[in-house]
Amino acid sequence: MAVTQISVFLENKSGRLAELTEILAEASINIRALSVAETVDYGVLRLIVDKPDLACERLRQAGFTITETQVLALEIPDRPGGLADVIRLLSNAGINVEYVYAFVGKAKDNAIVVLRLEEIDQAVKLLKKHGLEAVPAENIYRM
Amino acid sequence: MIYNASAECMDRKALERLQMERLQQTVKHVYENVPLYKERFDAKGITPGDIKTLEDLELLPFTVKDDLRQTYPFGMFAVSMRQVARIHASSGTTGHPIVVGYTSEDINTWAEAIARTLSAGGTTVGDIVHNAYGYGLFTGGLGIHYGAERLGAAVVPISGGQTKRQVQLLQDFGSNVICCTPSYALYIGEMAAEAELDLEKLPLRAGFFGAEPWTEAMRKTIEDCLGIEALDIYGLSEVMGPGVSYNCLLKCGLHINEDFFIPEIIDPITGKPLPPGETGELVFTTITKEAFPVIRYRTRDITSLSYEKCSCGRTFARMQRVSGRTDDMLIIRGVNIFPSQIESVLMEIEETEPHYQLIVDRQEKSLDTLEVWVEVSANIFSDEMRKLEALQKKVRHEIEALLGISVSVKLVEPRTIARSEGKAKRIIDKREI
Repeated sequence: MAVTQISVFLENKSGRLAELTEILAEASINIRALSVAETVDYGVLRLIVDKPDLACERLRQAGFTITETQVLALEIPDRPGGLADVIRLLSNAGINVEYVYAFVGKAKDNAIVVLRLEEIDQAVKLLKKHGLEAVPAENIYRM
Repeated sequence: MIYNASAECMDRKALERLQMERLQQTVKHVYENVPLYKERFDAKGITPGDIKTLEDLELLPFTVKDDLRQTYPFGMFAVSMRQVARIHASSGTTGHPIVVGYTSEDINTWAEAIARTLSAGGTTVGDIVHNAYGYGLFTGGLGIHYGAERLGAAVVPISGGQTKRQVQLLQDFGSNVICCTPSYALYIGEMAAEAELDLEKLPLRAGFFGAEPWTEAMRKTIEDCLGIEALDIYGLSEVMGPGVSYNCLLKCGLHINEDFFIPEIIDPITGKPLPPGETGELVFTTITKEAFPVIRYRTRDITSLSYEKCSCGRTFARMQRVSGRTDDMLIIRGVNIFPSQIESVLMEIEETEPHYQLIVDRQEKSLDTLEVWVEVSANIFSDEMRKLEALQKKVRHEIEALLGISVSVKLVEPRTIARSEGKAKRIIDKREI
């Protein structure tokens, strides 16, 4: 159920992001979603790509520090309050959301968000009860 | 294994008699053949005849690095060039290099010192010694080379550089022993890991690491990473080169080849000798060297001495691992700081790697700043910012607790800090003083 997200440690210096994106381009890896968290000195780039294993291999070879994290991709209604409902549900169940970001692609009338949670399985069950479906990893990579 | 038990395990009384005899010869030799020594002795009103006991060593003047620069190139040689068999020189990053000479007898003594060193770490006839110290003017390469040959080992004179090839040959030849700087050993370990080579499976058994200060924690990292015994070897070209002192496998201090060198510890400020066990500047007097003898040479290395017999059987005095250099010492906001202190903090924090660099700068209001750059490796990288920030904070707190001054810590990408194939460059001082 969970989707593999690749996180990359990036120092804030010119050319690093260009280098990284070129490596992915050369290997014909398509970026499905991304988000950046940053401080003054460095940032963490989080990526969801169509070929996570290949991307990890290439980035490691190029000397990037990376780590793989399991995240949840969730289809939510594309309307005001759609995300609020989900976060409220999780919050009430005591499930902490580390971070969340939006997906580039869309599925029918719904939006897709990426959630980083400690308790993925518990969240999936809870959300399912409320009619919210996690998007299977294969679908995400194939989108 | 003890290469020369009759010397290395000599009764202390007999050793002191031998030292006394050799010291008197050396003092006479330099007084007669090196103008600078004669001048200095005369200025203090001392003649070689005044040296009657080992305690009289204190009467003699110190020799410092600058003396050796002033007499560039051959002013301190105590024999004619006809008797000199080899010349080495230090890198000399500032001013003239330090030039040292050896007679063939000096080279013999040196080979003996290295043979004792390698043997103390278990090297034996039939072993292959991978010698990655630089060959050339630097004493490391040829020093180890002659000693390994003396011992009866097979030497691979690979010198420094071309690390991929080094890893390849270590594997193909099945070398048993490696000699290089400790930072280069780590670099070789990294390259081997990259090549997915399991060093633990190789016949490599021991490494002799020196020419730059390192820590106990770094020893552990090298041992784990290369799957070997990591032994400390100490020396400096002014005194001879590598092999002045060496670890045995018990790794409790470095045995000084006391039949060749007399060590002292002095207070670096007052110059007064300190009793055994106290920490201060290490001073050496050579007592067998012919071409380039030195009297009370101030090494600028900080350590202490112990005269207790080692459980290995050796009676030679032991010096503690060098904990810093009087000239590497950084003075930041009035506090004395040795890079080795920061290294020890990083090694104690599980997640961090020993790759660091210190950036010293001075702000407009003339306040000195110390920035510690630490590489973020895959094992410490977390995708959550708060964990990275927590690590940064932890490193900062630990360093501040030890040094007593505030520092800033910057996390940088692996390989940001230049890997040197010789001595690691740990300090960038941008202050204009």
